Amino acid sequence: MPGYGYELRCRECGKSWGNQPRSICDDCFSPLEVFFDYDAIRGTFTRQQIAARAPNMWRYAELLPLPENYSPTLPIGFTPLLNAPRLGERLGTKNLFLKNDAVCLPTLSFKDRVVAVALAQARNFGFDTVACSSTGNLANAVAAQAARNGFHAWIFIPADLEPAKIVGTQVFGANLVRIAGSYDQVNRLCSQIADERNWGFVNVNLRPYYAEGSKTVGFEIAEQLGWRLPDNIVVPMAGGSLITKIKKAFGELIELGLVEPKPVRFFGAQATGCSPISTAIKAGNSEIEPQKPSTVARSLAIGNPADGHYAIKTISQTGGWAEDVSDSELVESIQLLAETEGVFTETAGGVTVGTADKLYRQGRIHPDETTVLCVTGNGLKTTDVLTGKYETEVPIPPKIAEFDRYLESRLGVGEKDVPATVEV
Amino acid sequence: MNITVQIPTALRRHTSGIERITCTAANLGELFSALDQQFPDLRPHLRDDAGQIRRFLNIYVNEEDIRFLGGNTYAFQDGDEVLLVPSIAGGLA
Repeated sequence: MPGYGYELRCRECGKSWGNQPRSICDDCFSPLEVFFDYDAIRGTFTRQQIAARAPNMWRYAELLPLPENYSPTLPIGFTPLLNAPRLGERLGTKNLFLKNDAVCLPTLSFKDRVVAVALAQARNFGFDTVACSSTGNLANAVAAQAARNGFHAWIFIPADLEPAKIVGTQVFGANLVRIAGSYDQVNRLCSQIADERNWGFVNVNLRPYYAEGSKTVGFEIAEQLGWRLPDNIVVPMAGGSLITKIKKAFGELIELGLVEPKPVRFFGAQATGCSPISTAIKAGNSEIEPQKPSTVARSLAIGNPADGHYAIKTISQTGGWAEDVSDSELVESIQLLAETEGVFTETAGGVTVGTADKLYRQGRIHPDETTVLCVTGNGLKTTDVLTGKYETEVPIPPKIAEFDRYLESRLGVGEKDVPATVEV
Repeated sequence: MNITVQIPTALRRHTSGIERITCTAANLGELFSALDQQFPDLRPHLRDDAGQIRRFLNIYVNEEDIRFLGGNTYAFQDGDEVLLVPSIAGGLA
């Protein structure tokens, strides 16, 4: 791997493809994967060196497929790993953590990480236009980082996307194309467009590089746990890539001696209305059957997940499991997470929390073990699912007596019960 | 039934650069036989050694995934447009 330290290889037949904008092995039609030369960085990429770097995803640059002398343009990632005692109490565990990518910058989802790596390579390969098919979060991330880095952007979305995700793409000046169809149809169309045009499609011809950005979620979790791995991790699944890349990340840290080897069980979370991967896991199948999605969790509404096969392998090889939750369960879980931990997540996060609840109740996750839930997006993008959940308050006059009356009606508390003065 | 098959760029080196093929086939099995006959080099790229459709190859008929139409049992209609599209995965497990 001269000059780079990484290269594309076919995951199935092993053929080397060097470094180029390509995601398919022409020989066997299988996906390409970035392989690193770990020997080249072993011993020089240390905990101390990483700790001395700025708190963002670029502190793991040696394990990202970046062009030589690449200079990042945004401080992305290193989102908080929060302990979650109050949510844990509700789920029946004292060892619960949240990886909170609801506050990932610049666009409040984990997709900022993957796009950052994809655009680094888009520049390297000489593209002036970047593009993607998206269920929303990726659209926001590509649009914002294209603006920041001076690319033209073409974004393809299913027409029924949440309004916040549409405006949150258009505001960056991206060309937004709404497709009258499902994400799977948008994705298929983008494969055809990518075949015809010399554009850097982050999740088509740049996909192997793009997907590596997801590993930074895993690197950060390990570092934030004090350079150790959790016992369990619960990950939302749409295309199925994130869960496989977190596993790859943990494996690389073990390979380089940055963490002690340890088995980690991977658990996948889906919405019942789009659950090809959890359905396959429950049925003991190694392949997915495509579904027609019907769920409010639009960011996870991929009925034919490209990485479904690998997600199933990741889950079954590690002794994990997959579950799915209904739309009402996922909305209740959004509320539960917000009320217990002050974290407002989008529908995908509701799916993760709701699934974790099921896994604890089923005894598949042991309450004494350390478990991390991946919260991948921000609730402000999907407020539509909370419509009707809260009353619109009638305004009261700005008078203390009015407030006392209001409080009485709200809480059933008499004036005499509310101390009028406070003794000092 | 007369159907049209769109060949993706990645596979055109096995079809002498031909992008669209018109052929007669009643179902997917017959379509593969017709393609095998015309382009023997294409066969291993569409099916594995056991004859199964390759895992990362998606087949669409008039923009619909053929698995929703009955897969191998789907009976082609005159004028059907068939797309062969690679599934863009990036997984490692």
